[in-house]
Formats: sequence, C-alpha cells, structure tokens
Amino acid sequence: MNATPEAALDTAAQFSPQGEVVMDCKLDKIFYGDFLAVRSSDVPIEKGKITGFIGPSGCGKSTVLRSLNRMNDLIDIFRFEGKVTYKGQDIYGKKIDPVVVRRYIGMVFQQPNPFSMSIFDNVAFGLRLNRFKGNIEEKVEKALQRAALWNEVKDKLKNSGLSLSGGQQQRLCIARAIATEPDVLLMDEPCSALDPIATRQIEELMLELKERYTLALVTHNMQQAMRVADTTAFFGVDISAGGRTGYLVEMGNTKEVFENPQEELTRQYVAGEFS
Amino acid sequence: MASDPFQSADTANAVSGPPSASDYAGDALFRFIAYACALLIVVLVAYILWKIGGQALPAMQEFGPSFITGTTWDVSKGDYGVLPEIWGTLYSSLLALLLGGIFGVAIAIFLTQGFIHARLAAVFRTIVELLAAIPSVVYGLWGIYVLIPLLRPTADWLHETLGWFPLFSSSLNGPGMAPAALVLAIMILPTVAAISVDAFRRIPYKVKEAAYGMGTTRWEAILKVMLPTASSGILAALVLGFGRALGETMALAMLIGNSNQISVSLFAPANTLASLLASNFPEASGIEVEALMYAAMVLLAITFVVNVLGLMIQQMTMRKFEGKK
Repeated sequence: MNATPEAALDTAAQFSPQGEVVMDCKLDKIFYGDFLAVRSSDVPIEKGKITGFIGPSGCGKSTVLRSLNRMNDLIDIFRFEGKVTYKGQDIYGKKIDPVVVRRYIGMVFQQPNPFSMSIFDNVAFGLRLNRFKGNIEEKVEKALQRAALWNEVKDKLKNSGLSLSGGQQQRLCIARAIATEPDVLLMDEPCSALDPIATRQIEELMLELKERYTLALVTHNMQQAMRVADTTAFFGVDISAGGRTGYLVEMGNTKEVFENPQEELTRQYVAGEFS
Repeated sequence: MASDPFQSADTANAVSGPPSASDYAGDALFRFIAYACALLIVVLVAYILWKIGGQALPAMQEFGPSFITGTTWDVSKGDYGVLPEIWGTLYSSLLALLLGGIFGVAIAIFLTQGFIHARLAAVFRTIVELLAAIPSVVYGLWGIYVLIPLLRPTADWLHETLGWFPLFSSSLNGPGMAPAALVLAIMILPTVAAISVDAFRRIPYKVKEAAYGMGTTRWEAILKVMLPTASSGILAALVLGFGRALGETMALAMLIGNSNQISVSLFAPANTLASLLASNFPEASGIEVEALMYAAMVLLAITFVVNVLGLMIQQMTMRKFEGKK
C-alpha cells in the first residue's frame, strides 16, 4: 500500500496500481430510483490480473461489477454517476451504445445460463453475432479448450448446452464469453451455484485465463478471493444515512488486504467477524 | 391408526405423531377421484369414437376408400366423396395458421419483450383474449357484412391484374376461401397469442441477461435467443391453434361458400368437413346420415394425426434445444 496522508483521511484507502490499468472505474454514485446503492468508489482494473470484489451482502459489489459493462442499463431505474474509462473512452459517454460495450467486455453470471441451443452454437453465438468470417469451428474448439471443456464435449457438440452438468454449463458460458476474445471478462460469483469440485475447476481456469484476459471477479467466498485474486477490493455497507449504501472500504494486493488490512472494517470482515 | 415405531416413553409428550386413519382415508379417496377423472376422459373419448364409428360403419362398408378420393356429394345419385372438403379444411386451416401464427407470435413478442409497460401489456392481453369470447356466429355475420365487402375491391384488383397467378385465379363473388381463412386466423389468434405469451414468460431472466451480456441488440436477443428458447411452447400454441381451425364450424359454414371444388384460388368458394356436417345434417336421412358420420370420422382422424404430429415435432425441438429426453 502506498497510502498518502490525504487519502488516509478519505473513507476509501487509496490504492495505486502498479501495472497498466485497462479499465478505470471512478464511481461517484449509483442509484436505483431514489435509493443510493453505491457511493464514491474508485476501482482500477489492472491488465492481466484478477481483481476480486469482496464484501458482505448488499455492499454493491455485484452492482459495481455490472456497471463495468453496462449490464445494469437493463434495469430502468438504474442511474450511474461517475466515469468508467475503457481504452481511454468513458463507457457511459453520450455517444456510446451499451451493446458495443458488452461486445468488448464479456460477462459470466452467477447462474450458468447457456442458451437453449447446441454446445457448438452456444460458443459460436458471439462469433456469428460479430459476423466473424474466419474458421468458426477452429475458434469454437479453441474457446472450449481454453475453458477446459473440450475433452468432455468434443464428441457431442450437437447436443444441447442444457444437457451438461452445472459445472460444465458454467465452463460453456465461459467459453461462450471468451470465444470473441474480449479484453476484459467480468465474473459475477461464477461458482456460487456449483459444487466444490466444479468450483476448483473454474478457479484453476481463471488462473489460466488471466494470461490472456483481464478478469474482475465478484465473490462471496473470501477463500476464493485469496486463492485467485491478485488485487482485492473490499466493499462495505454504510447504514449511517438510513439506507444501505455500499462503498469501497479498501483496495490493495490480496495478500495485504487479508494479512495487513488498513481499515478496521476490513480486518473484522477478513477475520470472519461478520459476513 | 398407523403404527408408530417412534412412540417411546421419553418422546411420549412430543407433538409429532402419525397421520390419523381419516388422514389416510382422505389420501386414498383423493387418489381414487383423480384416477376416476382420468379414466372417465378415456372412456368418454372411446365411447364417442365407438358411437360415431358404429353409425358410420354402413357408409364405410359401402363406399370404402373411394369416399375419401371422391369429389362429389350428390344425395339424389347417392354419390358421396369428401376430397374437396378435406382439401378445404386443410387449406383454410393452414392459411389461418400462417396468418394467425405470425400475428400471434408477433403479439406475444410485443407483449413480453419490454416494448410496452407491463400494465399496458396486461390490458392488451385482455383485449386479445376477448377475441376468443366472441361467438362463432358473430364472426360469421361480421365476415358477411363487413369483411367480404371490405375485401372485394382488393380481390377484384388482384384478380384483374394478377389473375394468371394461381392464388388469384378467380374473382370473389361473396363467400370464399379468403374471408373464411381471415376470420379463422382472427379466431385462432387469441389461442396462439396467449400460449406464446406464456412460453415467453417462462424464459428465466438469466437467459435475457446472457443474451444482452453477449452484446446483442434487442432484436438480436429476441430473434436469436428468446425465440429459439420459447420454440417448444410456441409450437404447442400453433398445434392448438391449428386444431381449433380444423374443427371450426359455424363461421366457416357462413363464409366459405359450401361449394364442392378443389381450387388454390383464395377467392373461390370451397367447403370444409365441419361445415359440410353442419349444413347437411338438418335435412339428411338414411345413407346420407351414415356418410356424414363417415365424414366426421375423417375429420376426427385428421385432427388426431395433426395433434400427434405436432406433439412429435414439439418433443423433437425440446430434445434439440433443451436437451430433454
């Protein structure tokens, strides 16, 4: 941590990333209608690393992650104040279509959600959507291999994606998301619906994927964050204003955050005193 | 009272205990009623088939398969054939399915995919469902007094300018295939729309999220994801709509023209099996009644085959898209 004296006075301990920042989220306020869901959180996402988002329920960690590829725009009453830059562009800029943002920043969801079509078509979906002209078979195979699913499904690519087990479905969703080679992959509690073995596989996969992609991971499981995240952002809930407003309490190298937290709240959370 | 192996001294005052004898009796009674209701339906269908089949048997023996290939229905000569009626039934129902299917699914998409506010969608849905509450005979009257005069200028123009095209090869002189199929389409619209709406509603939110998460526009999400996901439900809607169109009687008897001819022209009068039954029964006697019963059996067979085929296609899509055995 290189916390400056001024930053220490602020609620969120300042974090200065070492590497190249691929997405810079400077969030001021997120509203759902009149409800202030998240306030003042600066979350830089570094290239080639896994940034973990942890915190108690209702702290807004998923909301922040989903605002990174404008998934929250599906909710009518959602309002974002602040700036999220990707490749120097504010993705909330007036001229930016959320559809374009989502094509570059992929997402894997809490519940495995393959489309009701064949395994092949699931992975090829993004390629066809982007009118990819090259060899689709090759790309699909590569994506499935990177998602560590190829060996299990290579003989039944025509079967429905929904015929797979939960863990396989989630890896299929990862393959679908990475087939178009997005820069950033957002993962919203990707293992919460999976058993320990499938969780292990997905975690190993994440560590392999960070060689190529930048990952941001929301997790409710502190051990998972410790195992895979390079950088960890801890969000807390502020109930002082009457509502439940989430905010970034502390962000830093995962090891630092867990072993030597700067904030009392972080210490209590990582010690398991509340969750 | 059932035996209770857990009833021992130290738990004797616990609230838990076995179900009473009357609980078990209620269980048995409910199961009996459920079985009886299911059986009753089977018996009813079998009874109807047996009765109609029995009445149709003399005609079946006399005319055999030539009844199905015959093209005249002449009471004075005792010559009975229903090929034109079979053609008219299938042709009018297919046209209605095409129109009603496209509109019904379009309405379902419009009502469920966030184009209008949920409350407004509920109002729209009620209005569409009200179409199902209009009596058949009212549709028939509306067809005669409103639809046919409305269609005539367009039909005349189409016949005059594009008369070489088989679909427009005759002129509309009152009743005919086009007004009948149009009214039929309106009549099956609520069925198709309501069941398709349910099919779209059943799609979990996570599927929509997945589609938008891949960066689809709204149309891409609907056409490439939502529609395939809802396809088995939509197929069920189409099968039900088609079944309804096949059996529809009153409106068609009033609008189709009851003419024994086979024509692809949209403006030529035609006939359907149900309409043949409705218009000929009042004055029928002797062998004609038996022939009409035979025609009823043919209609039943067509409906049965269509439903079984539809179900098979639906199962196939379910296997293909949803991976269910």
